Amino acid sequence: MKKVLLLLSALLLLVPGAFAQEMEHEPWACPEGYEGQTLSIFNWSTYIAEDTVPNFEAACGVTVNYDIYESNEAMLARIRQGNPGYDIIVPSGGTVQRMAEEMLLIPLDMAMIPNAANVIPDLLGAAYDPDNMYSLPYQWGTVGVGYRTEVFPDGINSWDQVWEHDGPVAWLDDRQTMLGIAHLFLDNDPNTTDADEINAARDYLIEKGGNVVTVAADDGQVLLERGDVDIAIEYNGDILQISWDCECDDYAYAIPEEGSNVWIDNLSIPVDAPNPELAMVFIDYILDAKVGADLTNYIWYASPNQASIESGYIDEDILNDPAIFPPAEQVAKLFAVIDVGAEAEELINNAWDELLIFLGQ
Amino acid sequence: MAAPGRLINEGALGRNRALRRLGKLGLWLNPAAAYFFLWAPILILVLFSFNDSRSVSSFNGFTLKWYGNILNNVMGAESAFSTEIMLNAFRNSLFVGTVATAIATVLGTMIALAMARGRFRGKGLLEGLLFLPVVIPEITQAISLAIFFKVLFDWVALMSGERIFPGFHTIIAAHVTFNISYVAIVVRARLADMNPQLEEAAKDLGANPWQAFWRVTFPLMLPGVISGALLAFTLSLDDFVITFFTAGVGTTTLPVFVYGLLKLTVTPEVNAISTIMMVLSTILIGISLAIQGRGASRI
Amino acid sequence: MSSRWRRIRETGFFLALPTTAWLALFFVLPLAIVLFVSFMSRGRGGVAELPFTLEHYQRSFGIFSIILWRSIRLAALTTVICLLLGYPLAFFISTRRRRLARHISLFLVILPFWTNFLIRTYSWRILLGEAGLINGFLLHLGLIGEPLSLLNTQFAVLIGLVYGFLPFMVLPIYASVERFNFRYVDAAQDLGANDARTFLRVVLPLTMPGVLAGCALVFIPSVGAFVTPDLLGGTKGLMIGNLINNQFGGSGNMPLGSALSIVMMAVVMLSLLVYVFGNRRERG
Repeated sequence: MKKVLLLLSALLLLVPGAFAQEMEHEPWACPEGYEGQTLSIFNWSTYIAEDTVPNFEAACGVTVNYDIYESNEAMLARIRQGNPGYDIIVPSGGTVQRMAEEMLLIPLDMAMIPNAANVIPDLLGAAYDPDNMYSLPYQWGTVGVGYRTEVFPDGINSWDQVWEHDGPVAWLDDRQTMLGIAHLFLDNDPNTTDADEINAARDYLIEKGGNVVTVAADDGQVLLERGDVDIAIEYNGDILQISWDCECDDYAYAIPEEGSNVWIDNLSIPVDAPNPELAMVFIDYILDAKVGADLTNYIWYASPNQASIESGYIDEDILNDPAIFPPAEQVAKLFAVIDVGAEAEELINNAWDELLIFLGQ
Repeated sequence: MAAPGRLINEGALGRNRALRRLGKLGLWLNPAAAYFFLWAPILILVLFSFNDSRSVSSFNGFTLKWYGNILNNVMGAESAFSTEIMLNAFRNSLFVGTVATAIATVLGTMIALAMARGRFRGKGLLEGLLFLPVVIPEITQAISLAIFFKVLFDWVALMSGERIFPGFHTIIAAHVTFNISYVAIVVRARLADMNPQLEEAAKDLGANPWQAFWRVTFPLMLPGVISGALLAFTLSLDDFVITFFTAGVGTTTLPVFVYGLLKLTVTPEVNAISTIMMVLSTILIGISLAIQGRGASRI
Repeated sequence: MSSRWRRIRETGFFLALPTTAWLALFFVLPLAIVLFVSFMSRGRGGVAELPFTLEHYQRSFGIFSIILWRSIRLAALTTVICLLLGYPLAFFISTRRRRLARHISLFLVILPFWTNFLIRTYSWRILLGEAGLINGFLLHLGLIGEPLSLLNTQFAVLIGLVYGFLPFMVLPIYASVERFNFRYVDAAQDLGANDARTFLRVVLPLTMPGVLAGCALVFIPSVGAFVTPDLLGGTKGLMIGNLINNQFGGSGNMPLGSALSIVMMAVVMLSLLVYVFGNRRERG
């Protein structure tokens, strides 16, 4: 896990100098023989560009089913209950490890994914999937605080401001991250598997959650935009999307100084996928320099694609945005969520259920 | 003795009259409040779909731009919406609704007939069974079907090595299951109102049971069958919870689509889409009522 | 001829067979599986495993009972409010003299009902939100200094439930008032009963079947509501339906989800017993 962090900070140092001029780029070409087939994608909500799927459908002559989920746990539950027919899923690091262990993923055939070479080398071979047998990075980002600048003219730099805010707050339905933040305050390992520590984190959150009106399922940015809440704990890109959308400074994103969660989401193929070959073709498509850049330009998350970054296809605004590529000293304080094993998973799930029951009291 | 009694009576009458006036007032006020309660939210939704601002607290002038946004698929950063996806979801809903209604209508009518005309053991038990799907909470039925299909498909995979994926067939099976009871209840009500002597008359006139059924019973119970089918179709189109739990990949129905939309899209466009859907469903209902009215009056 | 007619009565059994088989397969068997699963252990990945355990029922009656009680309380309140709103409304509709007026006033109750349930529920978000119409209106009038927290409360869920299920109350009461013979009222008054007494002793008992049916039809879906608290309730308005849903999603605990549903179903069955006995007493 430490290794992941070091890699990320190394990568960040690379970024500012990385503006090569725009190169000539061959548009991605689909291998022959997939016409008329179907690909089913199960991805996070608001996590793809408008034209990513239509362009793929046109290039390969295929049909794509596209469904969304709101948390790793929700996706995992669906696949565990028997894959209903998805070919592509986008689990975060720890979830890749969990799924690999439970034999819920199909190994990737790198011969079918030449664009894997575009991935920033430091992001390959992460601890959760050392040989990239099951996963290749999709995007990476952080969990932080989206807030209304009108309510917080001086910004937010501490979780205490979130806990103490006298107004409606939305938390994120990402249990390991939320408990991990509490662990930071309790001086525990964010990925602790100790029952007492997990319960202490639960109690800490219940105590600090008096102003929480809803635990949002990856839609906190919408609640912020509607004016239902003043603060939404969310993934960085989701908050940046609404700022970009309204072309205003009404919303801002911050990572509190105490630290938070950093994650890498990955493209993987679940067991019993009806069309794994086409899924690998799709992974290759996403890792194309231009496709990857278009994706990042639209969803405002950090790209793991070196070719996208170096080609100059990604907007400079994004490459320079500290909310997307946080400065190294901030990255050092971030923790990644890892696979805690089946027993701790149950402890965490029980703690989370209890938290939901008591948050409203 | 008579005089005081009369007095008391008049006092009571006076009080009664005052109360009655109050009651009358209440009898007007209460429905007025209830109608307001029923209609205000929907009308406000429609009104604000024309609001020239993202605000939902003040009306800043008339605009059609949210409707334009829908038609041109400009929905900002959200790609949760496109007209194509919505139309596809609508088609899926119609497909599921039509097939599920057809099966449920046949099965529901059959059992209604059996219950009304047949005499066999276990009828009482069957009656209870038929009543249950109506009174069991939707979420219980939804999870029971979700587990059932998982167990069934795991078993099939174990036996044959072939994996079955959930899809339209699982949604339709689920819809048929909750619709059978509604159809049966409506048809039975119609059969109960029918005069059984008409069948007797047909019998006396020398008709065989088959003829009696198709010439007498069936035409008479048809309005009930149509009402039951319409009810089933409406329930099917509106169902979210059970569909959500039994859906497969690429089987997004309109309510499932709308749910995602409500969660992930900001207000004005959703108001516009909701308004369009309301207008559409009113037209659909109008047409079906007209058909039903004509059908009923002919019989 | 007559033997064929006799046989048709016996064929009732065969006529009932396909539907019974369908319900046995897709309704009884799934419920039996849920009951079975609710006694099993949570296995790896949230699916059910042996050995049998009562753990999930202990948790259902333990910490989860807070939300279970809240659901029952909200459903009961919803039923009472629907009754108070719905009874006079049903009366109003069925006492319209002209057929057209009656049809229109009934139609006005049913029409909003044909709009998608999700959209109807969602419309309350617009009204109740921090930046919503009601807050905007009250702020504008200067009645409040800052927005009230209306959305994401039990109050919001209650409104949403009443709004969603009011027609379920109105329609059965309407049906029974429709059948009610108003000459009984004249008779009671001729015998000296005042209005209140006439209502309590004559009108209410005779329309009681409709009232009971309406209460059952409102209470049952309210207890298990999932969409309404999901869209309007937030953390404070969480209901048992949401927790059951969680066990099949994020929290991945099928046996616990099954146990919670069984407990909820038991609550519903108990309330139905009240309905059945109430009905029997009315008839007897």
